[in-house]
Amino acid sequence: MAASAFSEDRDFDFRADAATPPFLHVPIMTSATLHSDATRRQADAWRRQTSLRRFYTALGVGLLLVAMCATMWFADEANAGHFFDRLPHILDFLSWLVPKDWSDVWRALFDIASPNDKGTQEFNFPLGRVYVWGGFYIPEYFELMLTTVNVALVSTFIGFVFAVPFSFIAARNLTPSPVLRLFVKRFMELLRAFPEIVIAGLFAAIVSIGPVAAIIAIGLHSIGALGKLFYEINENIDMRPEEGLRAVGANWFERVRFADLPQVLPNFMSYTLLRIEINVRISTIMGAVGGGGIGEELKLSISRGFGAKTLALVLLLFITIFLVDQFSAWLRRKLVGEQAFLMSA
Amino acid sequence: MAMTADELSAIESRHPQVFQRPAYKRFWPLLLIAGTVLYLAYALWFFSLPQVLRESHWERLPLFLSQWISYDLQPEFRLDQPEITPKYPRFSALGEHPDPDWVIKNPDGTFTVLIDGRDKSVTFDKTRATIVANGQTVPVSLTGGKPEVTGPVPDWVTVHDDEIVAKMGFAGEVRVTVDRVKVRKRFLGWANFVFDTRSPFFGKSAGEVISLIVSGPELQPGTSNLALAADNIWNNAQWQHGDVWTKLLQTIVMAFLGTLLGGIVAFPLAFFAARNITPSGLLSQVLKRFFDFMRSVDMLIWALFFTRAFGPGPLAGSAAIFFTEIGTLGKTYSEALENIDDKPREGVLSTGANGLLVQRYGVMPEVVPVFISQTLYQWESNTRGATIIGAVGAGGIGLKLWEAMRTNSNWANVFYMVLLTLLVVFIFDNISNFLRRRLSRTLHDYNRLQAAQG
Repeated sequence: MAASAFSEDRDFDFRADAATPPFLHVPIMTSATLHSDATRRQADAWRRQTSLRRFYTALGVGLLLVAMCATMWFADEANAGHFFDRLPHILDFLSWLVPKDWSDVWRALFDIASPNDKGTQEFNFPLGRVYVWGGFYIPEYFELMLTTVNVALVSTFIGFVFAVPFSFIAARNLTPSPVLRLFVKRFMELLRAFPEIVIAGLFAAIVSIGPVAAIIAIGLHSIGALGKLFYEINENIDMRPEEGLRAVGANWFERVRFADLPQVLPNFMSYTLLRIEINVRISTIMGAVGGGGIGEELKLSISRGFGAKTLALVLLLFITIFLVDQFSAWLRRKLVGEQAFLMSA
Repeated sequence: MAMTADELSAIESRHPQVFQRPAYKRFWPLLLIAGTVLYLAYALWFFSLPQVLRESHWERLPLFLSQWISYDLQPEFRLDQPEITPKYPRFSALGEHPDPDWVIKNPDGTFTVLIDGRDKSVTFDKTRATIVANGQTVPVSLTGGKPEVTGPVPDWVTVHDDEIVAKMGFAGEVRVTVDRVKVRKRFLGWANFVFDTRSPFFGKSAGEVISLIVSGPELQPGTSNLALAADNIWNNAQWQHGDVWTKLLQTIVMAFLGTLLGGIVAFPLAFFAARNITPSGLLSQVLKRFFDFMRSVDMLIWALFFTRAFGPGPLAGSAAIFFTEIGTLGKTYSEALENIDDKPREGVLSTGANGLLVQRYGVMPEVVPVFISQTLYQWESNTRGATIIGAVGAGGIGLKLWEAMRTNSNWANVFYMVLLTLLVVFIFDNISNFLRRRLSRTLHDYNRLQAAQG
């Protein structure tokens, strides 16, 4: 199309050239006008294209805005308190959070008796001490935080241990049987999508309410979540070492162990660390619905309006999550470099 | 092609760095494994796992799981009344006038209850009962003050002091005492899923219901049968379809609204946080720490705070997701911005465009697909996460699930909601995956074109 337009121009150019006296420098002029003609056509096409694109973009953004307003209205209608009714009271609600005595935050954190203690639950800080050795104790909130972190670590471990073999079975390039692959993939998908809270509730009725039920729930979810990431890594490995091993007669386990595992292990570790970050958050939430740990205490403290206790808990939780995130980021950077931080689009 | 020892040692001496690695490099996997084992032993002690497992009731698991997809009816027959009549618990799935065909009054005055056909059944009058199951017949005498099995006792029958319990597996069980016979019969499926027992359509077959809706007389004067049927289904007392679907919509809305608002707020902030775009290092640092803060204050904390501020409901949940997403999306957006190719920016800058135009034409075309892709990814994961934070009072299906589970008796309802949640997650995963795949194709094409042009 472009070529034919060009030759047309050339024809026209020649005719114009022949018809006009040379001293008027018409060829240059016509060539300029012609050039602008082609440019104009190109510009028109471009303009048409962009206006269409702009139209679609505007349409998309418009629809999104309409959906946003509709959902906002719906959320506001369905809520117990309405946004604009509650907005002026936001600060009232925050006022209970500010303790009368800021030192109470530290006292709550380290279980030190408070002079404000009038026998109510709000200031009974030393009650929760966990004595380890003589007079040495772990403050209650640190013990609870430890529970939450341990839940996250153990469930990530469970997830890792099961996800690794599943991921090898689910990878297209490592397992030839499509039936087996499909089965494992669907199974992992189910584990991933199944609401954790239901698994936790089910096991709370079996192993009693507490951290063990939370471990089972988060662990099962982690199998699915890690398994998916892992098998995608497995499918992207360099197959040459695997072919080499196949050529010398290695069986499936040997091929996976010596050709695949060394390639994928750093990435596996990186994703597992990322999972630990996520699981610390989930185990906090699980705690709030009966899984033990710091979430439970935080929920109680907020619902009863204990300012100092709430601040101490939020501070502890914030610092812990921040540290876990930073440590995991540092380790991931060491393991796989900057690549761990680029999200594949 | 076995190698001789000489050849092996020759290879070893040629590549010493492969065979003689530093000790820490050789032993770190071992140390890692040892550390993990130690930690697991500690966790075992920390959670007192042996004790928890010893005290757990694993026999409940199959029972609960079977309740997900079945329901039972428990008729009771009093033997100390002048006449034996079956009694059903109030609100049983059979409605107000139960007359099931598996309870048979025989001509000689005895009752027969078929638990699984004639092969698993119980026949009784005031003096004796005969339990049939697994090809065996167990006669029970009820005259001696306590029930007594005459003859051998098979292992599926348990004799207690004043009660004889015959377990018939999934089908149900029979409990016999001197003054009553209690039967539990289990049915596969969900009872009264469409119409509850109060509905005028209750107990009618699908054909009858359809013909009533199409051409029947108005069951309730003033409302059409179609409207009545829809109302009956929506307000089904046992399954609460209306409430469940509304709550499900709330969960979807929470994830959508929270992610979208988070994206809208994070978008401009990310430009100021990206070190290569903003001139002020201080501003960039402040914003990055702000994002970290929003992310590190858990979604749970936000949910609890907003539940207190706005009251329980989807508004609190949306706000919690919104605040967490500002942090997450802000971080990912600014990282994407820091990884852009600087050449288009410099090109636009060299034409003398102002700051805003440079961002619009030099940066946005490159990052918008990435932004959208990341937002979609977050949306997808928030749709799942919204279920959990709902349980702490932030609205949506989570709270309803948690309440249904707390009694340990409503597992069929729980399963219904789980299926709906799975369906929603599945649909939204696919939408998001589809959109992201289209976007990544755009990105891929863009990268390929760039590579081709050098």
